Amino acid sequence: MKLDARIPSGPIEQAWDKAQFDMKLVNPANKRRHTLLVVGSGLAGASASASLGELGYNVKCFCFQDSPRRAHSIAAQGGINAAKNYQNDGDSIYRLFYDTVKGGDFRAREANVYRLAQNSVKIIDQCVAQGVPFAREYGGLLENRSFGGAQVSRTFYARGQTGQQLLLGAYQALERQVDAGQVTMFPRTEMLDLIVIDGQARGIVARNLITGKPDVHIGDAVILATGGYGNVYYLSTNAKGSNATAIWRAYKRGALFANPCFTQIHPTCIPVSGDYQSKLTLMSESLRNDGRIWVPKQQGDKRRPDQIPEDERDYYLERKYPSFGNLVPRDVASRNAKAVCDEGRGVGETGLGVYLDFSDAIARLGEETIRERYGNLFDMYQRITDENPYKVPMRIYPAIHYTMGGLWVDYQLQSTIPGLFVLGEANFSDHGANRLGASALMQGLSDGYFIIPYTIGNYIASTRLARVSDSAPEVQQSLSSVKAGIEKLLSIKGKRTVDSFHRELGKIVWEECGMSRNAAGLQKAIGQIRALREEYWQNLNVPGSGDDLNQSLEKAGRVADFFELGELMCLDALERNESCGGHFREEYQTPDGEARRDDEHFSYVAAWGYTGPGNRPELNKEPLEFEYVHPSQRSYK
Amino acid sequence: MSTAVAGPHATRAPGFWQSTNGKKAVMAITGAILFLFVIGHLLGNLQVFDGPARLNAYGRFLHNLGELLWIVRGVLILCVVLHIVATVQLWARNRKARPVGYKVKKSVASSYADRTMYWSGPIVLAFVIFHLLEFTAGTIHPESRFIPGDVYHNVVAGFSVWWVSAWYIFSLILLGMHLRHGIWSMFQSVGLNHPRHTPVLKQAALWIAILITAGYISIPISVLAGWVR
Amino acid sequence: MKLTLTIWRQRNPGSRGKFVSYPMNDVNPEMSMLECLDVLNESLIERGEEPVAFEHDCREGICGSCGFMVSGIAHGPEPATTVCQLTMRHFKDGDELVLEPWRSRSFPFLKDLVVDRRSFDRIIQAGGYISVSTGSPQDGNDIPVGKEVADRAMDAAACIGCGACVAACPNGSAALFTGAKIAHLGILPQGKPEQDRRAVRMVAQMNTEGFGSCTNIGECTGVCPKEIPLEVIAKMNHDYLAGAWKERHKVVTAITPVTDWELAKK
Ligand SMILES: Cc1cc2nc3c(=O)[nH]c(=O)nc-3n(C[C@H](O)[C@H](O)[C@H](O)COP(=O)(O)OP(=O)(O)OC[C@H]3O[C@@H](n4cnc5c(N)ncnc54)[C@H](O)[C@@H]3O)c2cc1C
Ligand code: HEM
Ligand code: SF4
Ligand code: FES
Repeated sequence: MKLDARIPSGPIEQAWDKAQFDMKLVNPANKRRHTLLVVGSGLAGASASASLGELGYNVKCFCFQDSPRRAHSIAAQGGINAAKNYQNDGDSIYRLFYDTVKGGDFRAREANVYRLAQNSVKIIDQCVAQGVPFAREYGGLLENRSFGGAQVSRTFYARGQTGQQLLLGAYQALERQVDAGQVTMFPRTEMLDLIVIDGQARGIVARNLITGKPDVHIGDAVILATGGYGNVYYLSTNAKGSNATAIWRAYKRGALFANPCFTQIHPTCIPVSGDYQSKLTLMSESLRNDGRIWVPKQQGDKRRPDQIPEDERDYYLERKYPSFGNLVPRDVASRNAKAVCDEGRGVGETGLGVYLDFSDAIARLGEETIRERYGNLFDMYQRITDENPYKVPMRIYPAIHYTMGGLWVDYQLQSTIPGLFVLGEANFSDHGANRLGASALMQGLSDGYFIIPYTIGNYIASTRLARVSDSAPEVQQSLSSVKAGIEKLLSIKGKRTVDSFHRELGKIVWEECGMSRNAAGLQKAIGQIRALREEYWQNLNVPGSGDDLNQSLEKAGRVADFFELGELMCLDALERNESCGGHFREEYQTPDGEARRDDEHFSYVAAWGYTGPGNRPELNKEPLEFEYVHPSQRSYK
Repeated sequence: MSTAVAGPHATRAPGFWQSTNGKKAVMAITGAILFLFVIGHLLGNLQVFDGPARLNAYGRFLHNLGELLWIVRGVLILCVVLHIVATVQLWARNRKARPVGYKVKKSVASSYADRTMYWSGPIVLAFVIFHLLEFTAGTIHPESRFIPGDVYHNVVAGFSVWWVSAWYIFSLILLGMHLRHGIWSMFQSVGLNHPRHTPVLKQAALWIAILITAGYISIPISVLAGWVR
Repeated sequence: MKLTLTIWRQRNPGSRGKFVSYPMNDVNPEMSMLECLDVLNESLIERGEEPVAFEHDCREGICGSCGFMVSGIAHGPEPATTVCQLTMRHFKDGDELVLEPWRSRSFPFLKDLVVDRRSFDRIIQAGGYISVSTGSPQDGNDIPVGKEVADRAMDAAACIGCGACVAACPNGSAALFTGAKIAHLGILPQGKPEQDRRAVRMVAQMNTEGFGSCTNIGECTGVCPKEIPLEVIAKMNHDYLAGAWKERHKVVTAITPVTDWELAKK
């Protein structure tokens, strides 16, 4: 398939303006005749639903939680970037663009990223107007901090709850439209299939999680904003309910899945403490601004941290990367943590952890300042581990956190199925092979507030949309396939629980397709996943029925999709014979252990197409061109 | 299933008096007036320690107020009625708000006085009725004769009966508890709360409540102890 | 360590519920309350029984999904902690924990420990927002907001909408939740223009939903995982009284509380 990204020609600075001008508009009076289905109510989905409702479209918004306010975006802690240059430290739209392309290790589309940087500025204004209580300076102006290794202070934040506050802003805007009758909200409703008619996305089948009933919703376009798929790994920083089901079923209906193996491991999470562990908790990256990361120099050193003298500690990031030190990008920090743990120098009971030590910062700035900056994070750490980080160094370990991969979309955020748009973490568009801190929130809101309102209008205005009735064969086919899927899961009646399978799957993918990968391991993983999936469909036990609230059934459907997606991730990782960003192939590294990218052969987006059950998916390539930021080896030395 | 299905705004909203917030504001204002009365009444009563002449003169002074007395009584009665009507309605509403109770329920932040407003109130009411019948109307006046106009005699005679005093003391302790919470709560109900002042107010409420209770019960205690006869 | 979990089991709103006790022999003190339920559920499924339904998502105390009574205290005995972050080390070997769902008329029961909190969404719909449409508002720095004001707004905005305040209140009042939103938006200069309308409509909705009245006793703040202060309730009362007076000429309507989950065919 030839992938046309529809990138406007001409200088990148004007691309988005030009694209906007070239777009067709929908007559205001006609807007209310168009129903748009928005799946997801996170930053991307809520902002899109609110904005589209304001424009006058008739919007239906779906989420699986009991309220749109609970979407996983709520959990983002650190902040959101914007190229405001309020701090006079040399930031600009171009610099944010540059940093993001470079940070993404040259695997993102330049034009998209440039637009993201442009929109970043408007996002802050919009959110301030909505009443998002960003941190302020005494003079009343907005405060910034530097975040995730950026050389400028461009991160806006609301304590350690930036995602919460941004989401509540979008949620409130959404509820305002619900009140106005423009948006109808469908909480506790899970999308289980996409309805494609004559090649156009025209509806979804969604199950009401309370009554258990799958219902058909028809619309003129479908917008997926269903978040990331990090939960393939079972243990991740994602919410328990985060899933790939919506995008996976869309993939099976013909949308291409891009760069599935690009997943991000976050370096600072609270380490696993036992088998029962259900999820991992992120400690905001901002901690690395003041904390120093170290492990003992000696293997298997079991002394308490305060008993290890200074000269027997290895501040390995400061040692290896003198100019960035503890602030190297996430992938680098994570990989190094794994490396020292693999050497047997990890700390804590499991040996899977490194210290993040604040004693120097406390000595330098005083405990009060540290409390002011990180108080709530320290409290959270203490609540979970029962250790006081003001006194003992934190223990941290990398964990899966974000998925750069997702459904392939063009510049207009439309997937390969006309009428199917994908926003936020669910698409692949802006972060390449590695996402920089504080830029996912930015992307979700840019997509929802400032891009989709234009591009959807263009689609609607330029497309002939026939009437669709519930009895259309495609609709009935989708509905019955959903029903059959549910029946099947319930009828296996085997011995093992969904979670036990999920945990095992997660382990395989984490071991072989996690922080570092190699061909043999990936091949092995594919075999293991297939075998386990086989067992899943023979030996799964889903208690209860399909006619009421059945959380095991919900999980079972999601895990079934994770199995297939996990395999595709491994396949994609296997195909990509280079190391870039979060994708580190052991075979492709420099002598001193850094990632070695191969621009000559792999400067493309890998977009996979479904070819039927059991068949090898088809690989399509969208070549990437870099006219502005010239690919260079990332170096943080 | 969605909330918008029935069409937004199909329901007429509760007005001021129908809303819990409105009722609470009314309770706060009526409570405040009753509170002022309680203080005034106490100051009057304490004249019992100055001897019969003083107290009876005070009694006569009140009676001679004529219409003004009735206006004051009217306001007080209105306050009591509003305060009580709101109490009953809120009580009923709060019962309905939790149709199924908990098997185990613990309190974590509130004091006994806070939680017993709906008990201390009605007991104070029962007391007020008894009190009016005893000292104002004189219909109940156990074990002695009610002499209209001789306030001092009535007080001493009334409190000499141990159980009348006990009931009085018990009720006033409850009134004290009622006020310990009520004095700061009324500010909150009309929207006044300040991070600096409210903690002070809460402390003050405790002391004012203690002083009021102590002031009132000093009278029956003195009578029983024979200091006032 | 050993614990006994005594849990409210009820299949659906129509059926009869009862408490069932589950002895747990191998509780790791590091696990969270929800992980403890996970372990129980795994064993229930293996035994062929239905697992306990409970709500959860983020498991880091921010989404507000989780929440039930743990031995009479909403979110359990640790202050400022949701059940998803409540570790078992706070309990003693041999303890019996009684888990009950939030009980409130305005949170209709659904299953086991799960209730329907859409009433909260409707309270927000009634006015818990600042009416700005997406577009190009003025620059973020054009509206200076003093640090203290921003901090106070943030204190109120931290509410996660979990419903513990309602559950813990002896009157089943939603004053803390409603007050938190009214305070968050009312404190900020951006929220001033709609202050009266917001308070009047949100209070009207809160009352329409059937929540109880506030006695200002602070049980809500005591259990609130975000320690939302009682001040927000005063702010609500303040704005409501002012708004009710200033907008007395207006007819206020409320959103009909919908409690069923059937998809209405439009
Ligand atoms: C712990 C943590 C901290 C983070 N911190 C930061 C940060 O500081 N800065 C930053 O920029 N980024 C951060 N991120 C990343 C960022 O939060 C996410 O990438 C972003 O919020 C995703 O938003 P979204 O709208 O795409 O999806 P989500 O917020 O995940 O929303 C998904 C929505 O889709 C719905 N949904 C999903 N599947 C279905 C289905 N099948 N049917 C119906 N509905 C469905 C869900 O109900 C939900 O409403 C963080 C992420 C995590 C996990
Ligand atoms: C001398 C008599 C009384 C005084 C001075 C008084 C004073 C007060 C005050 C100041 C409040 C606080 C109001 C608020 O929180 O807004 C209050 C609350 C209350 N009063 Fe009284 N009161 C008196 C008598 C009564 C009586 C007779 C009853 C009941 C029959 C009663 C029942 C209540 C109740 C139930 C509350 C709590 C309401 C709530 O917070 O929900 N009170 N009172
Ligand atoms: S006020 Fe506190 S207890 Fe109530 S919903 Fe908000 S966070 Fe939960
Ligand atoms: S699960 Fe999100 S707050 Fe507990």
